Amino acid sequence: MDLNILWFILLGVLLTGYAILDGFDLGVGMVHLAVKKDDERRILMNSIGPLWDGNEVWLVTFGGALFAAFPQAYATAFSGFYTAFMILLFALIFRAVSMEFRSKHDAPAWRSFWDVSFCAASMLATFLFGVAVGNAMRGMPIGPDMEFQGTFVSLLHPYALLVGLLAVATFAMHGSIYLHLKTEGELQKRIQGWMWRTFGFFLVLYILTTMFTLVTVPLATHNFQEHPWVWIVVVLNVLAVANIPRAIFLGRPGYAFASSCATIAALTFLFGVALFPRLIYSSLDPDWSLTIYNAASSHKTLAIMATIAALGMPFVLAYTSVVYWVFRGKVQLGKFSY
Amino acid sequence: MDLSVLTLSRFQFALTIMFHYLFPPLSIGLGGLLVIMEALFLKTRDFHYEAMTKFWTKIFAVNFAVGVATGIVMEFEFGTNWATYSRYVGDVFGSALAAEGIFAFFLESGFLAVLVFGWDRVSPRIHFVATCMVALGAFFSSIWIVVANSWQQTPAGYHIVGQGLAARAEITDFWAMVFNPSSMDRLVHTLIGAYILAAFFVMSIAAWYILKGRHLDFAKKSFTIALIVAAITSLAEPISGDLQAKKVAHTQPAKLAAMEAVFQTGTGPTPLYLLGLPDAAEQRVKYGIAIPGLLSFLAYGDSQKPVTGLDKFPRADWPPVAATFQSFHAMVWLGMLFVALTLVGLYFRWRGTLFEKRWLLWVFVLAVPLPFAANQLGWVTAEVGRQPWVVYGLLRTSDALSKAVVASQVLGSIIMFIVIYAMLFAVWVFVLDSKIKHGPDEAATGPTTPARGGLFGVAGLRAGAGGGASLTERGDSGGKE
Repeated sequence: MDLNILWFILLGVLLTGYAILDGFDLGVGMVHLAVKKDDERRILMNSIGPLWDGNEVWLVTFGGALFAAFPQAYATAFSGFYTAFMILLFALIFRAVSMEFRSKHDAPAWRSFWDVSFCAASMLATFLFGVAVGNAMRGMPIGPDMEFQGTFVSLLHPYALLVGLLAVATFAMHGSIYLHLKTEGELQKRIQGWMWRTFGFFLVLYILTTMFTLVTVPLATHNFQEHPWVWIVVVLNVLAVANIPRAIFLGRPGYAFASSCATIAALTFLFGVALFPRLIYSSLDPDWSLTIYNAASSHKTLAIMATIAALGMPFVLAYTSVVYWVFRGKVQLGKFSY
Repeated sequence: MDLSVLTLSRFQFALTIMFHYLFPPLSIGLGGLLVIMEALFLKTRDFHYEAMTKFWTKIFAVNFAVGVATGIVMEFEFGTNWATYSRYVGDVFGSALAAEGIFAFFLESGFLAVLVFGWDRVSPRIHFVATCMVALGAFFSSIWIVVANSWQQTPAGYHIVGQGLAARAEITDFWAMVFNPSSMDRLVHTLIGAYILAAFFVMSIAAWYILKGRHLDFAKKSFTIALIVAAITSLAEPISGDLQAKKVAHTQPAKLAAMEAVFQTGTGPTPLYLLGLPDAAEQRVKYGIAIPGLLSFLAYGDSQKPVTGLDKFPRADWPPVAATFQSFHAMVWLGMLFVALTLVGLYFRWRGTLFEKRWLLWVFVLAVPLPFAANQLGWVTAEVGRQPWVVYGLLRTSDALSKAVVASQVLGSIIMFIVIYAMLFAVWVFVLDSKIKHGPDEAATGPTTPARGGLFGVAGLRAGAGGGASLTERGDSGGKE
């Protein structure tokens, strides 16, 4: 295995970490409006209070690692998706501001405004991530000079929009299951209902997206002939999805959460398989695609970065676990909470 | 008005980086001050120090959150607006950025949760470790960012691959890149600047409490710690600046010439302008007050040797002279003012009359914007003085743009940033104001409640206030009976 493949895998690990971790806090944001009482909304916000900031660092590090390992892909994607990325920044900053602002004033109108913006920003950010994945799967108009030749509107293809909706459904479900773990009593009972509803929404979109992908996106399965072991992941994915309702039904939300984590990991993995060995597939001419070789940094840089990652990642995993352990347990509201 | 992609992108970058850099220096400096305060608490078991640490932690958390939000923008912008630059420097710059992400960001944000929310969830010692880790993370972060920026000023450890527009820099020697000629001098200067800023920030709030007769014990202790830090760092900064300027004279002579408005090289000693209005069109300094020969002495240690002027460079390679000159001079004057102010403060503190000198306390209250300005002006000098290059001598700023982006997109995002940053700034001021008005909580008198036993004493795990708290607001049940 060469360093280019290693970095493709490591980027996949960072993306998976981000999707699982920030996935649940974006999901909590999306179901935020489903509770009406102020105290209950505060419980929802405080369930992610100490964690969301650290979760977002996975995205920042993914961006940094993409820049470092595959600068051509970073430059093409970020400049090509200029408007989409600016909207994403808007959503991410607005979301943080909403959480901070909401608690500072008591007036109901003030609080509802920030509640709506917290929910809308979480949904918008998630939708954009999904649209980005959808476009990467379909391929994009990349010229021979590695530059993006489309427009913002050309990114809003029905398939990309469908994947955007799937992302929204997945994270909403993931966030609901997380909330079930962090709440108790009557609120927890109602959250049980949302788990079922968001799961239903997810299941419909999951099946639709799978069919659409198999029919219209040949790229998705091109690696399956050569690497048949990938089918194992497909099977595990289906089992994980099937285990979610089973675990909810049996009253084991911990297993349900593990299963939704596994589902997200499997979907991210299959996304990686679809791309490999390309990073950005050119819909104009496959030869103009950006691959893990023509878009990469030099061998020396990849080797230096691999050393940095080998030194740093064990620490990251260790103290991320410690922080989650310190903040385990159900949410309790204090008088100084959000 | 020139609304090209270049002008708009430069404007957007200046706007977003200057806004961003309001926050990191305070995080870096305040992080260090928190370590000092909490160490004093652990050493003396004086609960005033604990209350103090808790109060400044809340301020730190607000500041940190805004710093993270505006920092993500910077990371995106290299790709969105400066794609050609990203392709050019990715191989070199990338390893620094990746190191920052893996070593610094995870460390900071992970332990920040324990620092802010963990008072009643971990033992005091573990909490202190978390505080140290957050401060260390902020420090690591500054290392990698300054290293990357310094590489743009004085590139080293690389070679150029490819021709023309496809050319890019590739790393040949990682350590030569990290220790490029300017990185360590600039890192020291940046860090000291951050500590001056944070110390003045603490002194401003503490002086206000003293003037209002509130939280006196807390305020006097905070003020004294910050005053000592401010005095040491203010005295050290001109020394570090002098070392750095001597380097600039060798590595970026055009920048030094612009900083001091040396238009003609001349034959004898070069004077140092204390003040003046450089006019690039007429190539002279109007209304200047100068000390003969001093610049030659400061730059080369030889008061007779002429300093290289802008006449040695093609006009197309000149940095904007007036902006570089004025930002540099304003920074230096502010630095001198900090030395004077802190020495006066120390003198009266030593005499024991500082806290009765109301006029002086008001000066400290109102001085807080000045170190923010000095930090910004220093970076303006560094970045404007590097123009017209984005990577000195290798890549021009005008060649570094994204090819796939049009002016209307950038204009749209500038409007978005102005709106959202105005809002963020309002949050920051609003939250800071409420924290300051609320003030520190009274220090505990009895033995501290957090559990001692075990690595992660969980005395207050599910009990009472603060169990679920926000980043900026949390209960302070820990440490109080």
